[in-house]
Amino acid sequence: MSAPSYAWDFSFLWGYRWLILFGLGITIAYTIGTILLGLVIGLATGLLRLSRSKLLTTPLVAYVEIFRCTPLLVQIIWFYYALPVVLGIDIPAHVAAVLVLSLYTGAFYAEIVRGGVNSIERGQWDAARAIGMRRGQVMRHVILPQAVKRMIPPFMNQSIIQLKNTSLVSTIAVADLLYEGTMITAATYRPLEVYTMVAVIYFVVLFPLTLMAQGVEHRLARAD
Amino acid sequence: MSADTDAGPMIEIADLWKSFGAVEVLKGVSLRVGRGGVIAIIGPSGSGKSTLLRCVNLLEEPDRGQIRVGGREMKFGERRRSRTSDRELAAFRAATGMVFQHFNLFPHMTALENVTAGPVIVKRMARRAAEAEGRELLAKVGLADKAEAYPTHLSGGQRQRVAIARALAMGPAVMLLDEVTSALDPELVGEVLSVIEKLAEEGMTMVIVTHEIGFAHEVADAVAFMSDGVIVEIGPPAAVLERPDNPRTRNFLARFHRSRASPV
Repeated sequence: MSAPSYAWDFSFLWGYRWLILFGLGITIAYTIGTILLGLVIGLATGLLRLSRSKLLTTPLVAYVEIFRCTPLLVQIIWFYYALPVVLGIDIPAHVAAVLVLSLYTGAFYAEIVRGGVNSIERGQWDAARAIGMRRGQVMRHVILPQAVKRMIPPFMNQSIIQLKNTSLVSTIAVADLLYEGTMITAATYRPLEVYTMVAVIYFVVLFPLTLMAQGVEHRLARAD
Repeated sequence: MSADTDAGPMIEIADLWKSFGAVEVLKGVSLRVGRGGVIAIIGPSGSGKSTLLRCVNLLEEPDRGQIRVGGREMKFGERRRSRTSDRELAAFRAATGMVFQHFNLFPHMTALENVTAGPVIVKRMARRAAEAEGRELLAKVGLADKAEAYPTHLSGGQRQRVAIARALAMGPAVMLLDEVTSALDPELVGEVLSVIEKLAEEGMTMVIVTHEIGFAHEVADAVAFMSDGVIVEIGPPAAVLERPDNPRTRNFLARFHRSRASPV
């Protein structure tokens, strides 16, 4: 059996270059925007989860685990189709997309923050409290400066994954890179070339970022 | 802290109880240390020595009993308040210097920053004034030239001396030393002990948990032997260390001498 022959031809894509660039722009905007929002959510959640009050931590644990233990694709669809029914309001696709992506990555950031803080030896708390620091002062002056260094590598990894995660918003018709790819496919009937190109673009953006993250990780490890 | 001109003891612990879950670690410990007094606490591991120290500066909150350090007094267990406030605890601890077995220096700060952290952050002292005092304290522990060094670049003995300076920077009424030489290479023990000796000569009130029996003999006014959560025997070093009354003390010291005598 010989493989079916197929005449690859990428040249038509040039005609769609602006559409593709626009899609890439949306993908990058969603990535950066939801990383920043997620960071705020994750920092707040991660730090508040360290509280001793069950009243405060229980809902936060629920939030983190619900978002970590369900597929992102399901979350996006649920927020877009089901949540409007539950709340009785209209949720536009871009709002649902930003909300879910931020909450999703925020849940992972929260765990990174909590893990980073918990990774600092108990003795640091003892020493800081022994000279009369209060909880907040210990956190700000002793624990966080050390913990942040340990949070940076996992934070960078999670953020790189986030760029790929944004591709799922194409399912609710947010016009990101993958969505534009789907549109071009519909117009040209050449999915092989289109999705190859989409893959290459994701790779070209992410691979240098991955290398950069590794570089930072090595530098931090050496500084320890 | 200037108002405590009373002639009473500097540290007074009365009937202190502490358990972790089902494990009772302190079972009614009472102890008095006079102004300028130095008490060494010896005893097998798990006897509650470290927990006692951690309770005295409230790193652990006792279940029951009473602690007075300098002019400050704390009672536990009678009023059923759920928790002493963070602010109260912090103020109490600031007046009680504590040095740990594993130094616990802040690795992201230089030696000088470690020493000034308390005065600057807790006492809100001006940085320049704190640094001047900090340098004096570092000089006092023999580390004037290491002010800008980070802990990773210091030996164990140097780290522990920075830790002592850090505790002194808060101007504590008493110093609590928790096995401060146990994590040190043998050749570095002496430099730390001589700093402690100097503090004793200057009249610092201290409670020293230690395995250095010889040092306890030399520097302490009294030695307390702890076992199983209680102080079994307390008295002058010569009495407790050379002619212990209690069989448990004798047993401990005998084992101790044997292990020390055997060449490693």
